Amino acid sequence: MELDPILLARIQFALNISFHILFPSITIALGWILFYFRIRYTTSNQREWEYAYYFWVKIFALTFALGVVSGVTMSFQFGTNWPGFLEQVGNIAGPLIGYEVLTAFFLEASFLGIMLFGKDRVSNKVHLIASFLVALGTTLSAFWILVLNSWMQSPQGFYIENEQFFVKDWFEIIFNPTFPYMFLHVVNASFLTCAFLLAGVSAWRIKKNVDGPATHRVFRTGVFLAVVLAPLQLFIGDQYGLHTLKTQPAKIAAIESIWESGDGVEFTLFGIPDEEEKKTHLAITIPKLASLLLTHDADGYLQGINDFEDAHPPVAPVFYSFRIMVGIGLLMILISTWGTWTLIRKKDLSNKLLTAYSWMTFSGWVAVLAGWYVTEIGRQPFIVYGHIRVAEVAADHTGTEIGITLLTYILVYAFLLISYIAALRTMSDNPAKSQTLIHDYSSTESLGK
Amino acid sequence: MTGLEYWLPVIFFFLMGIALFLYIILDGYDLGIGLLFPLASAEEKNVMTASIGPFWDANETWIVLGVGILVMVFHNVQGSVLASLYLPVTFMLVGLIIRGVAFDFRLKAGLKKQNLWNQLFFLGSLIASTCQGWMLGSYITGMTNTPINILFSFLIAISLPFVYIVLGASWLLIKTEGELFDKSLRWARHAIIPMGIAFLAISIATPLVSENIAEKWFTLQNFIGLLPIPLASALVFIGITWLLSKPEILKAGWEWMILFGMVIICIMAAIGLAYSLFPYIILDKVTLWEAAGSTDSLLIILVGTCIALPSIIAYTIFIYYIFRGKATHLTYGEN
Repeated sequence: MELDPILLARIQFALNISFHILFPSITIALGWILFYFRIRYTTSNQREWEYAYYFWVKIFALTFALGVVSGVTMSFQFGTNWPGFLEQVGNIAGPLIGYEVLTAFFLEASFLGIMLFGKDRVSNKVHLIASFLVALGTTLSAFWILVLNSWMQSPQGFYIENEQFFVKDWFEIIFNPTFPYMFLHVVNASFLTCAFLLAGVSAWRIKKNVDGPATHRVFRTGVFLAVVLAPLQLFIGDQYGLHTLKTQPAKIAAIESIWESGDGVEFTLFGIPDEEEKKTHLAITIPKLASLLLTHDADGYLQGINDFEDAHPPVAPVFYSFRIMVGIGLLMILISTWGTWTLIRKKDLSNKLLTAYSWMTFSGWVAVLAGWYVTEIGRQPFIVYGHIRVAEVAADHTGTEIGITLLTYILVYAFLLISYIAALRTMSDNPAKSQTLIHDYSSTESLGK
Repeated sequence: MTGLEYWLPVIFFFLMGIALFLYIILDGYDLGIGLLFPLASAEEKNVMTASIGPFWDANETWIVLGVGILVMVFHNVQGSVLASLYLPVTFMLVGLIIRGVAFDFRLKAGLKKQNLWNQLFFLGSLIASTCQGWMLGSYITGMTNTPINILFSFLIAISLPFVYIVLGASWLLIKTEGELFDKSLRWARHAIIPMGIAFLAISIATPLVSENIAEKWFTLQNFIGLLPIPLASALVFIGITWLLSKPEILKAGWEWMILFGMVIICIMAAIGLAYSLFPYIILDKVTLWEAAGSTDSLLIILVGTCIALPSIIAYTIFIYYIFRGKATHLTYGEN
């Protein structure tokens, strides 16, 4: 059997980007949260905030390292997997990636040294500035990369000559119509992912009786962040969807599995989309709701898959991913409301609540991935929407070559992911600082002996 | 070609060279420490990682900048360069991934697993450095896979780790004291001889694999003009080899001379290589100007680079200043 190189190259790129996105989706927000912990300590002088910082800065360092190494991989894979992409749009993508490296990558990687290991060597003020710059760096990094990604979703500000894209207007490229929605949605997703990570790990520690006063502060921080941000995310996501209907109606048709264009389209709650028969099996539907949600008119007209012959994404993965993302989003709203209700009434944290939160520890990851799949698979078959197809820019490696490297990546990433979660667990199982007084995890010293 | 059309690609070729050169020096010493890892005791391993802890993240960023310039400026060839180097690039990345995370995991995954991560730290460093050598060799020979060229790539693949080991040991001379200092001295002494042989072999082999390079070096006029490059390298090499046998001088505050000498040797090698390649970005096939993007696009990157690069260099120096002196233990400052 001959392996299809383009499909393999896509799987490989998707695997890499999926693995990579897990870590920035924590560090973007965690950088700011750590900065917040440090500010709280500096202004209040309460040790708990410092303990919270020390516990989480180690997780930050580990997460950051995984983000860096998988990010380096990404920068190479643009060239190894999609050489045609930069040959065609290099004049636009090149400077954007360049600005990311120059303004963000170096900033975060350099000041991380001071943030992690320089506390004894610099004043509190310099340390605060370093922490601030690391957080700023991760956010800037997200800014540039999302500029590029959103531009690929709604390209503008360019002209084409000899199959190459040239810049007409940088402002139009950077502030393309999709950018604000995507940036807010992704940054907010990061905060939400982090909020549940903070609350989830803390809940685990409280259940295991290895908690201290700091653990409870972190738990509250996570719960309160989520209760505000989860509904906000629903709102941003809704606006994003309405925007997508204008720029990429085929993506919306796939999300809602609308096969035929028409007025007053029904909403499919769940079902099994079947692209060959062009119908959704076992569909649970609500009449006219899709039209109402998307056009704010029960009889509104929506385009179906039939309108986009060979220019629509595969329906099933987009359809399922969207439902997973929204499902987790709703679950997040529910659980954070429950947590907040308990906390503001100053009730004891019930075992049920803590269990629910520890189960939700990595829920943000699942939602982030599902969301990315909606956006990126939904853009298919294009790489630059409406202009360049993925198949046109692929490298001509043999299926075997890509197969070997793909297998290597799968093994390495699976191993690292397991190790990451195991390490988080090991760290979480350690008694809180206030319980021990011995610095059991503070330095390499105790480990070396 | 107008002035800008000519000069912008040349400037970026130079900048790419600088970035990759800095990468070889900076990540070179921390990869070298990874390569030396199995030779150190548990306690020494901790000091060794402490000596690179604050720096390695930023060190690795230089390769992203180097490849970044290839990808963003010379995007008409980045595809063929990276695609021809597909397998070594992939395995180098896997190596860098493993060692990068091993560095963190060995402290956080718990005592029982520390040994596993120590070994992975070594293994990742080894894979990354040999693959980088292979890539370099392949790149110099224009990525044509004749048996001679493959042999040449192989030669560099086994040589580069020795360069890194010497860099790593020189770094430890600056950052450590006592027993580990003496050990580092021994490591440097052992590794510098194969490194010297490798440099010599590569210098002899390079003109053999490309007629163009041979022509550039071996006309009488050019040869005399270029003579300072190999001469300076040889002198510095002899100088640092001699210094390594004089621990009393090194301990009297001259330990930085070894790393300094290594930097000079690498600068000479880089100049020699740049001279050999210019004006090609892929030897004998594609020139800088054919490979570069549009002038407008290069100009906007240059503006950003002129602002960002000096600040990157400034804060890098600041960070090295903050973490100056001997390394002890890596702590997050919890006291």
